[in-house]
Amino acid sequence: MSARVSTPKQYYRGLAPWLLLAPYIAVTCVFTLYPLANAAVLAFYQTNGPASRAFVGIDNFRFLLSDPVFYRALGNTTVFALCSVFIQLPLSLGLSLLLNSGNDRWKSFFRLVLFSPNLVGQIFVGILFGVLFTPRYGLINRFLQALTGWGLEQQWLGDPALVMPAIVLTALWVYVGFNMIYFLAALQSVDKSLEEAARIDGANRFQVFWNVTLPAMRHVVLFVVITSVIGSFQLFELPLALLPTSNGHGPDNAGLTVVGYLYDVGFNAGDLGLGSAVGWVVALIITVVSVLQLRLAGGGEDE
Amino acid sequence: MRLGPIHWLLLGFFGVFAALYARSPKNPRLALRFLRFGVLVGASTAVLAPFVWLVAAAFKDKAYLNEFVFFPPPSAWSSKTVNLDNFRTLFAGDATIQGTVYFWQYVLNSVFLATTTTLVQLVFCSAAGYALAKFEFRGKRALMTFMLVSMMIPGVLLFAPVYELMVTLHLVDTFTGLILPGIVTAYGAFLFRQACLAVPNEMLDAGRIDGCSELRIYFTLVMPLVRPMSAAFCLVTFLGAWNSFFGPSVFLHSQGQLTLPVILNRYIGVYTNQYGVFLAGTLLAIIPPAVLFFALEKEFISGLTSGSVKG
Repeated sequence: MSARVSTPKQYYRGLAPWLLLAPYIAVTCVFTLYPLANAAVLAFYQTNGPASRAFVGIDNFRFLLSDPVFYRALGNTTVFALCSVFIQLPLSLGLSLLLNSGNDRWKSFFRLVLFSPNLVGQIFVGILFGVLFTPRYGLINRFLQALTGWGLEQQWLGDPALVMPAIVLTALWVYVGFNMIYFLAALQSVDKSLEEAARIDGANRFQVFWNVTLPAMRHVVLFVVITSVIGSFQLFELPLALLPTSNGHGPDNAGLTVVGYLYDVGFNAGDLGLGSAVGWVVALIITVVSVLQLRLAGGGEDE
Repeated sequence: MRLGPIHWLLLGFFGVFAALYARSPKNPRLALRFLRFGVLVGASTAVLAPFVWLVAAAFKDKAYLNEFVFFPPPSAWSSKTVNLDNFRTLFAGDATIQGTVYFWQYVLNSVFLATTTTLVQLVFCSAAGYALAKFEFRGKRALMTFMLVSMMIPGVLLFAPVYELMVTLHLVDTFTGLILPGIVTAYGAFLFRQACLAVPNEMLDAGRIDGCSELRIYFTLVMPLVRPMSAAFCLVTFLGAWNSFFGPSVFLHSQGQLTLPVILNRYIGVYTNQYGVFLAGTLLAIIPPAVLFFALEKEFISGLTSGSVKG
């Protein structure tokens, strides 16, 4: 963004700002605030489609806490979130460092290529990778075979132990380039003179990165970690398209995510009340994890 | 095990790296640059290979789908191996209770939904952003705080109650029901607020002295000035709407209303043994976003990161 023009006095023109904001206020009241209030009510009802509802108190939550499928979905989603933070983000950071360390004209080309999977929606990615993971003919097994001599017949999406790795691998293909863009932007805004000073003081490449560069970009790192966790907990479309024959569940529910579970009980089985309860659980997890991360990162020193 | 081309490539790569390193171990700049370039080329190949494979699968005849890894070699290249059969099947039409629905219909639905959402959001988000940037009014601070907080409400929480609301409002299975909740977002409003802060007040004053109405000032003075921001915003919004799945799959029921992500996801089950057909559809579905992206790449990347790095 270009420099702000400071405004000694700003302008009051009666109704104009309210007219300009009216669509936002109207839409938010109808499609965010009202449903939010309704979500709080709905979670205590059992519904059969939108037409009929019966009050069940906290039974929805009691059911969730006793349902092994829900725990399976929670577990899968947590594994995915951990992989996003501990596998995908370090890879993104590594690639952004590689891109940033050279200033050749290839830089924008690589950036463009590595980012390009983000143009493809999750459903389309799922459709494509569902075929790429096919045993014998799929590109991934053919590559494994060419590299190691093993793996041509390996089932991925049919093997409970390999469903999650397949989903993580697919997500890597998409999102490594996405978070790389954020890291790259952060790296470019790090004060070069600080790094130079550290180098003159005798720090090696790694020390400069760990003690100067990384702390300087900690806000962006925190932002990317939190958005990745939030995104991970809302994962839904990718497994749905990767595992079409089982509606995204996969063998032994190995590919089921919490939002997949919500979709199942709320829209396939028609219990919007139970679906709302799942929504609250997910919202609670996201909030707790985000707050924890903000605390761990030093409790917002200057922001 | 016999060594294949991949192994020779890897051996060659590390061989060159070792040779470069051995030449000047004290100052291995050239070797490191070579290594860096090699890793980036490797990563780019991994990213591009599925795209190339997708194009190949879409054009290969169904009898030869599994025959060649990518395209057939020139010697086997003929209209028997590489043709438009997958696309012909795709465009042949689906028989439904409402009559035959052709693939064009889904394309049109997607184009209509994505462009309408984008244009409507552009108008309302920029209007809201302008109001937040250039006007003082009572309750502004409270409103902005509320908007920031509202961005943190996870979408999953609202799926069930919004669906119920749509049923009550009779908006299920209509495009209106899909477009209406998303005509303006807090995120978009904040992006435009940032851009509008840079518009000089003197200019707005000049407009006012010349007798422009506030709306006219907004359309003729402010909008042109925030154009770079608008390009990025439109692209992000278009991509989101074009690729959106949850909403359309839940709210749309009639076959003639479906969008590309919904119908292609269904086609996986329909064309189980001819995956070339739904891959041909997928290929078509990723072309419009790709064209827009290459046209607006610079604006897009800067718009994407403007909120996080400076914000």
